[in-house]
Amino acid sequence: MKRVFLFLPLVVALAVGIFLFAGLGKDPTKLDSALIGKPVPEFSLENLADPELTMDTSVFKGEVSLLNVWAEWCPSCWDEHEYLMHLARDKGVRIVGLNYKDQRENAFRFLNRLGNPYETIIFDPEGKLGFDLGVYGAPETYVISADGIVLHRHVGVVNEQVWQQELLPIVNEARGES
Amino acid sequence: MFPELGQLALILALLLAVLLSVVPLAGALTGRDSLQAFARPLASGMFVFTGLAFAILTHAFLVDDFSVAYVANNSNSMLPWYYKFSAVWGGHEGSLLLWILMLAGWILAVAIFSRKLPPVMISQVLSVLGMVAVGFLLFIIMTSNPFDRMLPNIPADGRDLNPLLQDIGLIMHPPMLYMGYVGFSVAFAFAIAALINGRLDAAWARWSRPWTTVAWSFLTIGIALGSWWAYYELGWGGWWFWDPVENASFLPWLSGTALMHSLAVTEKRGVFKSWTVLLAIVTFALSLLGTFLVRSGVLTSVHAFASDPERGSFLLMLLGITVVGSLALYAFRAPVVHVRARYGSLSREIFLLLNNVLLVSATALVALGTLYPLVLDYLELGKLSIGEPFFNATFSPLAVATGLLLGAGIFSRWKKTDGGWLARKLLWPLAVSVLATAAVMIGYGGFAPWAFLGVFTAVWVTVATLWDLWDKSSSRKGRLHGLKRQSRSYWGMVLGHLGVAMVMAGATVVSNYGVERDVRMQPGDTAMAGDYEIVFNYIGERSGPNFSAQYGEFEVRLDGETIAELHPEKRNYSVGMSVMTEADIDAGLFRDVFVAIGERISDDAWAIRLQYKPLVRWLWLGSLVMAIGGFLAISDKRYRIRVKDVKAVEQESGGTAAGKPAEVTG
Repeated sequence: MKRVFLFLPLVVALAVGIFLFAGLGKDPTKLDSALIGKPVPEFSLENLADPELTMDTSVFKGEVSLLNVWAEWCPSCWDEHEYLMHLARDKGVRIVGLNYKDQRENAFRFLNRLGNPYETIIFDPEGKLGFDLGVYGAPETYVISADGIVLHRHVGVVNEQVWQQELLPIVNEARGES
Repeated sequence: MFPELGQLALILALLLAVLLSVVPLAGALTGRDSLQAFARPLASGMFVFTGLAFAILTHAFLVDDFSVAYVANNSNSMLPWYYKFSAVWGGHEGSLLLWILMLAGWILAVAIFSRKLPPVMISQVLSVLGMVAVGFLLFIIMTSNPFDRMLPNIPADGRDLNPLLQDIGLIMHPPMLYMGYVGFSVAFAFAIAALINGRLDAAWARWSRPWTTVAWSFLTIGIALGSWWAYYELGWGGWWFWDPVENASFLPWLSGTALMHSLAVTEKRGVFKSWTVLLAIVTFALSLLGTFLVRSGVLTSVHAFASDPERGSFLLMLLGITVVGSLALYAFRAPVVHVRARYGSLSREIFLLLNNVLLVSATALVALGTLYPLVLDYLELGKLSIGEPFFNATFSPLAVATGLLLGAGIFSRWKKTDGGWLARKLLWPLAVSVLATAAVMIGYGGFAPWAFLGVFTAVWVTVATLWDLWDKSSSRKGRLHGLKRQSRSYWGMVLGHLGVAMVMAGATVVSNYGVERDVRMQPGDTAMAGDYEIVFNYIGERSGPNFSAQYGEFEVRLDGETIAELHPEKRNYSVGMSVMTEADIDAGLFRDVFVAIGERISDDAWAIRLQYKPLVRWLWLGSLVMAIGGFLAISDKRYRIRVKDVKAVEQESGGTAAGKPAEVTG
């Protein structure tokens, strides 16, 4: 064994350190999408509650909606859920759910426990629509215009601050136009 | 007046820590005994002043001094006194103060219990610990002062302690956890001192062992308490979420477990030295990383702690200095050993090496899963959660492999184990384990591959451990005499391994055979959870000291007979405006029946969460057994160093160093 190898832990530690440092300075929720300004990708997936019902992009037509990507296995989604409930119930925001790489029974358990803020939920067990949208992980939230155009993408938890400062202005503008 | 004294005490503690980190070390390096003699008084002084600061903060809580911002944010005059006491560490500043108090306590303990160690060694160890203390005292004084006042506008009452933390489990969880985290700083300090001296030998390993084992035992209890608390208090009935904060405590536990085993090899056989010292550094670094992850908010988590970029950068700097400094020292000073096989391919050394490989892989895996989101973020690939599926799919095989090796490794001998002998030795335990596992499978009704593997591993570890105990305790003077003759450290190992088996059995059975149901129930309804029939009698209201609650009455029946009455609650904490689910549990050694009240669905119907949790208690009992094993092991008389023993150890280590075929270069 050469002494050089003893430097390996140091090198690894420095690399990890760079990532940790980068994580500090950064707003963890900023991320652009190549899809902004383009229509939601075409899809044909089952409804979570009703497997007989096939859903496609027409679900977004007619009203400005949030598309929220969630899953039972995602701890941040548990965090976020209460605020989504508040948005749907008290602010009258239309939220479409995208149940991402999840199982039906787990998803139901999640909703039974925490409530259901979604007008309707797209069931995407294999992450097909997620892939087309470029979802990196749950939770993510998209603002979709009344004619099905992706206006904005938010990665991470939606809370009061995100809603007020980031999503609400876009939603208001979109509502004004239509 | 008092809070300012507290701050003053902290500053004095900092000054003493600075002296502690410089004076004895300088004495050790220049060989001046007069300077080294300062080590113990400085350590005691630092403990006194940190203790004073902690006592003053506690006093501020008990007398409701809301002029102190930290008290106003974390307490309330309506809080019962014991929660006021535990609220001292309910927030960031106070838990940091607790951390520092624990560190000062460990330093004092090292100063007291290491009187018989060579003075050069002990001066260096205490100085290194002093440096750690300097870092954290600077951190608390500069970024997180718990004694900050809110003047002149003193709030009339406090904002209340987070209701999640108003609980016995949470009173005990952080102190135990911190005892573990901080305790690893002692193993770290011994490693650094040994690197400075260039004395990585059996004596060093022997001195480090009891400290590592104690720290590990505390950490085990701390993690188990956290899991137990999450189970009954979060209201979901889960016991491990692979949440970043949980992982942060699990990482040092995994590498600490590896360290304990590797220290054993280094002590007994004088090999794996560079590896052991690296593990000691890594384990402490992971403890610091845990603190950083929890406090900096770089990762989102269900444990909502205050996050603050300034604190984050300070902690990262601290972590960076510690890790870079110690790893650089390691790179330059660790012995480069050319290993010539001194042990056969089935020797105990090899089994313990494999144990280390598996545990370190598990550590790396959990670290990867925890930090992966950060790395992706850095590479501009977005922020995400890695879910439980990743951890369950990758961690379980490692746990099973570790357990299977453990069972075989128990019978192995140092230096050389005969393969045929070992195989014959394992035959009976194997047969017994297969039969016992089959019986368990039939008992719980259903075969599942992972359930089989998990239960088999647990049974295998148990049978092998007991088999070995039986072998070792055979004596001409009778079994009892043979059992009594075993050393405490051997008993510690037996308990440690039995504890692991219990945790594995509990985790496997509850994950595979547990029942979770969310049902809609009205008073008068009946629902089933496993074999248990649960009757919803009625729901009423009551009020507690600082909350109002809706509570239900449920009857649990088995085969038509009522075996328990449960009263889960949904509490509304008036001050903090938060709602808490208090589950009620009919606990038993072999199963829990768990009832929690969820959302109100309609006027008279509720979402009720019912769970049947077989062997769930074994998770925590097993951890307790492990920790007891750890405490038993360090009470072994061979750790009670007497002067002549130290000399013997020194000679012994000198002897092995000369007699070994190892070459030290560089």
